[in-house]
Amino acid sequence: MRILVTVKRVVDPYARVRPMPDGSGIDTGGAKFEINPFDEIAIEEAVRQREARGDTEIVAVSVGPSECEDQLRKALAMGADRAILVETGDPQDSSVVAAELEAIVRELKPDLILMGKQATDDDRNQAAQMLAARLGWPQATFASKLTVSDGSATVARETDTGEETLEIPLPAIVTTDLRLNEPRYIALPGIIKARTKSLEKRPRATTALPKTRPLRYETPPSRPPGKKVGSVEELVSELRARGAI
Amino acid sequence: MARLLLIAFDPADARGGARLAEALGIPFDILQLTGDPVTDAGAERVCLAGLAEAPPADGLAKALVPVCAEYSHVAMVSSMRCKDVLPRLAVHLDAPMVTDVIAVESPTVYKRPVVAGAAIEVVETLGEPVLLTFRPAAFGTAATSGASLVEAVSLNVESLARRVSVASHGKGGRPDPTQAKVVVSGGRPLKDAATFESVIGGLADALGGAVGATRAAVDSGIAPNEAQVGQTGKNVAPNLYVAAGVSGSTQHLAGMKDSKLIVAINTDPDAPIFEVADLGLVEDLFTAIPKIRQALGK
Ligand SMILES: Cc1cc2nc3c(=O)[nH]c(=O)nc-3n(C[C@H](O)[C@H](O)[C@H](O)COP(=O)(O)OP(=O)(O)OC[C@H]3O[C@@H](n4cnc5c(N)ncnc54)[C@H](O)[C@@H]3O)c2cc1C
Ligand SMILES: Nc1ncnc2c1ncn2[C@@H]1O[C@H](COP(=O)(O)O)[C@@H](O)[C@H]1O
Repeated sequence: MRILVTVKRVVDPYARVRPMPDGSGIDTGGAKFEINPFDEIAIEEAVRQREARGDTEIVAVSVGPSECEDQLRKALAMGADRAILVETGDPQDSSVVAAELEAIVRELKPDLILMGKQATDDDRNQAAQMLAARLGWPQATFASKLTVSDGSATVARETDTGEETLEIPLPAIVTTDLRLNEPRYIALPGIIKARTKSLEKRPRATTALPKTRPLRYETPPSRPPGKKVGSVEELVSELRARGAI
Repeated sequence: MARLLLIAFDPADARGGARLAEALGIPFDILQLTGDPVTDAGAERVCLAGLAEAPPADGLAKALVPVCAEYSHVAMVSSMRCKDVLPRLAVHLDAPMVTDVIAVESPTVYKRPVVAGAAIEVVETLGEPVLLTFRPAAFGTAATSGASLVEAVSLNVESLARRVSVASHGKGGRPDPTQAKVVVSGGRPLKDAATFESVIGGLADALGGAVGATRAAVDSGIAPNEAQVGQTGKNVAPNLYVAAGVSGSTQHLAGMKDSKLIVAINTDPDAPIFEVADLGLVEDLFTAIPKIRQALGK
């Protein structure tokens, strides 16, 4: 079996970032860049599936600038067998990402694609569904449990009101939610081994044009300062005075 | 033709459309997949698909293609089930899609929060129709008005995915946090599911509200996943949001900082939640919440 895992390079989700003064972009203030946390869960899940089945190749793919190499090396250290970087200068909108990923999928013909449910920088929650539609594949988004058997997958997925289980024929796309697993700590041998694994850089395969274009970034409105109350009595009378209860 | 189609899974989804249509300055219709038609939400037409339940995304997205033909804009609310299907529809329609719209600058320019609400992106769409998921709380609900024409539409849904089972963990009878007037949220210090339910659930019931939770609480099995509020959970904007034992991470704030009145109860006077709280109480939640219920007489 072959599993494709997508890896997006994002600013450290714990860093404080803000719009640039001229609104032309986001000032990451020298923060580190990481693998999108949901993609780390996807890599971990692929490794677990390989541990359970054996005979599985895991290919990690990133679309973006050459710096994505750092995140792909980490994916290799986490257990991916090889990596492909589709080099694009600027970050791309989801429709371009999905078009480039589609080209890779048509070439590698994976049985399963594991992706994050959402990138923590753009918060779009689109790329996986768009790729699935381009391929005409079924999907199970927001997965919290994945069982793969021959030719199909059973996926417990989070919903707005609880949980549901879907059965999907392979090939299919599954996106990860936070409860799917907890990525393991990367051990030193993994890091050393990653240096010898293949990381192929290639140019874009399509001429797909973006369908959305960011114009500027604004500072969100801040809330006026609140006040501390000294006791529950004071809290309750404030709530009553403001008509909140 | 400049016209909006709001695709609604159920009657609750249908209510937010009027204000979005107003912001776009165009008339709107509703396509309602399940439930009785909502005819007083300001739409000209309600097209009723009459499905028994929401189909898996792959079949649904395909079935929606012909219905979208006459529209310049197609929108759904920002829920997980809508985000599951709309990007697929965008591909079938070869259309641009914008997630989590909070404001309309023009029919082709929208505002949306990015990086857990650290910035607002102003984004332009290139092409038609324009597909949007939007946060109804950012637009408000219009007063009920008019009587929409009701028509039947038939959707030809064939999904590769098959739903095997459905489970809901939440306690029945409580409102959904995205629609509730009051949300009471708890975090990691709630210890276990029973404590969370009695302390946070108890205050929520006393206030007639919904329950929310941090990811830390969900991760440790204290709270059900559908209660998670934040960047990667639900976005809520109730009249009153009570955060008890919640530190106020940027990821949590991303899901609740547009609430009208925020109350924080936390033992740490420097907890970041106090930076967004209108009323802050530095106290142990296990003593404060019983006292609040006593003061409410509930
Ligand atoms: C990719 C990603 C996505 C995330 N998405 C979300 C999300 O959607 N929603 C979300 O909430 N988090 C999210 N997080 C997690 C987030 O970063 C924080 O870890 C989380 O919000 C912390 O939860 P907490 O406030 O319950 O726990 P803590 O940070 O541990 O805070 C507990 C607070 O309780 C106070 N306290 C302790 N005991 C008491 C007591 N007896 N009475 C009163 N106060 C007390 C403490 O002073 C502290 O402030 C995400 C993280 C990542 C990396
Ligand atoms: N540039 C990219 N390169 C590789 N994977 C990506 C890229 N952008 C998005 N993805 C994948 O799509 C998921 C959802 O991203 P998004 O739709 O942008 O929120 C991410 O978790 C990644 O797995």
